[in-house]
Amino acid sequence: MSKFKKSTGGGTPAISTASLPDIVFMLLFFFMVTTVMREVTLLVDNSKPFATEIKKLEKKNLVTYIYVGKPKKNLQAQVGTEPRIQLNDAFARLGEIQQYVIEERNAINEAERPLMTVSIKADEKVKMGLVSDIKQELRKAEALKINYSTRKGEVFGEL
Amino acid sequence: MARNKRAIPEINAGSMADIAFLLLIFFLVTTTMDVDSGISTKLPPWEPEQLENPPPIKQKNLFTVLVNANDQLLVEDEYAEIEDLRDLAKKFLDNNGNGECDYCQGIRSPLSSDSPQKAIVSLQNDRGTSYKTYIAVQNELVAAYNELRNELAQRQYGKNFDELGEEQAKQVQEAYPQKISEAEPLNL
Repeated sequence: MSKFKKSTGGGTPAISTASLPDIVFMLLFFFMVTTVMREVTLLVDNSKPFATEIKKLEKKNLVTYIYVGKPKKNLQAQVGTEPRIQLNDAFARLGEIQQYVIEERNAINEAERPLMTVSIKADEKVKMGLVSDIKQELRKAEALKINYSTRKGEVFGEL
Repeated sequence: MARNKRAIPEINAGSMADIAFLLLIFFLVTTTMDVDSGISTKLPPWEPEQLENPPPIKQKNLFTVLVNANDQLLVEDEYAEIEDLRDLAKKFLDNNGNGECDYCQGIRSPLSSDSPQKAIVSLQNDRGTSYKTYIAVQNELVAAYNELRNELAQRQYGKNFDELGEEQAKQVQEAYPQKISEAEPLNL
C-alpha cells in the first residue's frame, strides 16, 4: 500500500536540456549587440601609450581615426620602417589628411558636424615631430577637437 | 479527404542549440570589447599670420615645461622628473599670488602665478620627443587640473567633480580653467 511510490532505479533523473537553446540565444544576442567589428585592417604597429586622465569617446559615428606608427613587419620590405600615417585602409601622406578630414566631415549630418572628433591613434614610439605635423594639418582642416587615444594604466612604466 | 487531416510533422529542434552555439562562438571571437578612450584636447584655430601684438603675459604667470629629444623635462628652468610634474603644476596653479582667489590654498608666492585664471601652462617639446612621454606629460598636466577641481568640488559641495550638476560643474571649471598652450616643436 504505497501511495508514495519510490521512483524506480537509483540513478539521478536527466536534466532537461530543452531550455539550453534559449540560454545560448540570450548569450548570442548579447554578443551580437555589444560586438564592434574592426572596420579597418591595421597596417601599422599600434601599441598605445598609457594614461589615467582619460575620457571615453562616445558616438562612434562622429569619430574619425588616424593611425600612426611603424609599418607592420610583413610590409616593411615595401614601405620601409619609418613611421607612417594610415587613413582607412591605406598608407597616406601628410598632405592627404586635410582632404580626408573634410570628406569625413561632409559625411556627417550638418547639425552634428561641430561635435566631430579626430582620434589620433599613435604608437608610443612615434616621435612628436610627425604627430605635430598631423596636428598642424588638422588645424588647417579646422578639425580642432582631437583625442589622443590611450590605454588606461599607470603612466610611469619604464620611462 | 484524409490527406488534409494529417498533422504537420514537427520539426526537430534538437540541433537548434548547435546552430546557436556556432553563431555564439563566431561573435565571441570577433568581438572587441575595448571602448575607445583617450585624452581629449582642443587645438587652437589655424592662423596663417602671426599676431602682431600678442597679449602681454607676465613671466610669473607662465609655467613652462620643456621636453627634449631624450625625453628629459625642464620645468620652470629646472630639471624635473615626470613624477613630480603633477605636484609642481598644482602648486603653480593654486598659488594665488595677488590674493584675488578666495578658494585657492596656495602659498601666495610673489614669484608664481597670480590666480588660476591668469595661470597658463606652456608646453614645448622637441620634434624628437617620443609620443609616450608627450602623453605622460599631457596626462600629468590634465591630472593637476582635475585634482584641483576635485578638491574644490569636495570643499564646496562635498562631491567629486564628476558627480556635480551642470551648473556647479561649470562654476568649478571656471574656477580652474584649463589653459595648456602648446608651442610649435623646435629642435631644442
